[in-house]
Amino acid sequence: MTLNATQALAIIGLVALSTVLTRFLPFALFSGKRKAGKYVHYLGKMLPYASIGLLVVYCLRGVEFGNAANIVPEMIAVLSVVILHYWKENALLSMGVGTAVYMVLINVVF
Amino acid sequence: MDESKKKALKATFPHTIPVLAGFLFLGFAYGVLMKSKGYGAGWSVLMSLFAFAGSAQYAAIIALTTVFNPINAFVLSLIVNARHVFYSISMLDKYREMGKMKGYLIFGLCDETFSIVSSTKPPKDVEPKMFYFFITLLDHCYWVVGTALGGLFGLVISMNLKGLDFVLTALFVTIFVGQWKIRSNRGPAMIGVLCSIVCLMLFGESRFIIPAMILIIAIITLLQKPLSVTKQAAKEVEK
Repeated sequence: MTLNATQALAIIGLVALSTVLTRFLPFALFSGKRKAGKYVHYLGKMLPYASIGLLVVYCLRGVEFGNAANIVPEMIAVLSVVILHYWKENALLSMGVGTAVYMVLINVVF
Repeated sequence: MDESKKKALKATFPHTIPVLAGFLFLGFAYGVLMKSKGYGAGWSVLMSLFAFAGSAQYAAIIALTTVFNPINAFVLSLIVNARHVFYSISMLDKYREMGKMKGYLIFGLCDETFSIVSSTKPPKDVEPKMFYFFITLLDHCYWVVGTALGGLFGLVISMNLKGLDFVLTALFVTIFVGQWKIRSNRGPAMIGVLCSIVCLMLFGESRFIIPAMILIIAIITLLQKPLSVTKQAAKEVEK
């Protein structure tokens, strides 16, 4: 441990506080008497889909385009999830096969 | 546990299986990493229990291993956690009437829990409140248990599970494809992906999230009319 116990506790407390602040803020602003207006309601309808798009990019952010050993397994695995899920619509199957494909590719092939 | 709760738990569990795999693995890795920096299971579990935010916890390892700088640590976690604001705005309606559980449901709204609760309709014979509660609780438990195992046994057990964390990417991709199948969802989904890619290229992988969020809000706001019309039309067809 680099820090002493009090300092470590303070850091943990602050990370926890940042989680609480970011997750509770919209609820604190738009609940109870101050109901969310039409615009916030509209955002609430659109953001679920935009957020999943953001999350997909977030997961793939480290992909290096010039590095085949890095990008090829990732792309093949993502594509197999997309195709399988479009076709069979079985979430666990898509994720299971996609992950297995990825693990085989990075551990055995590349 | 009474019957209705058991039933809710049974209906909920299958939805969390990918998170079970991903969180045990990543939580384990987190526990091991903390242990290697001199922070045993007690510390890492404390963090996983109360901060419950994977990326921020990984980022905070830096703060725990350099000179004490609380302000820096706090600002960095706020930046890493900023995307959660989007999740809460998305759940404002669904979580409005959750009674005593509301606080915990909001606290537990991590990436993975959000992706499931925002995209899955609770089964008809299960109270929505219980469905959301068990998704949140199970995911939270997986993360804490994974962390504890890593902190306790990490240096003893060595497994070759490299790449298992891809299961979480697969979870988000699966949900994305599921949403894409409904035409009216494609506008916002496309905006989310494109804005993120543009900002990733402009700002780099460590600081693209906040610009991407701002750009997403801006474009969604600019396109309020056409997007609302498409949604409305889709609703009419459903009726």
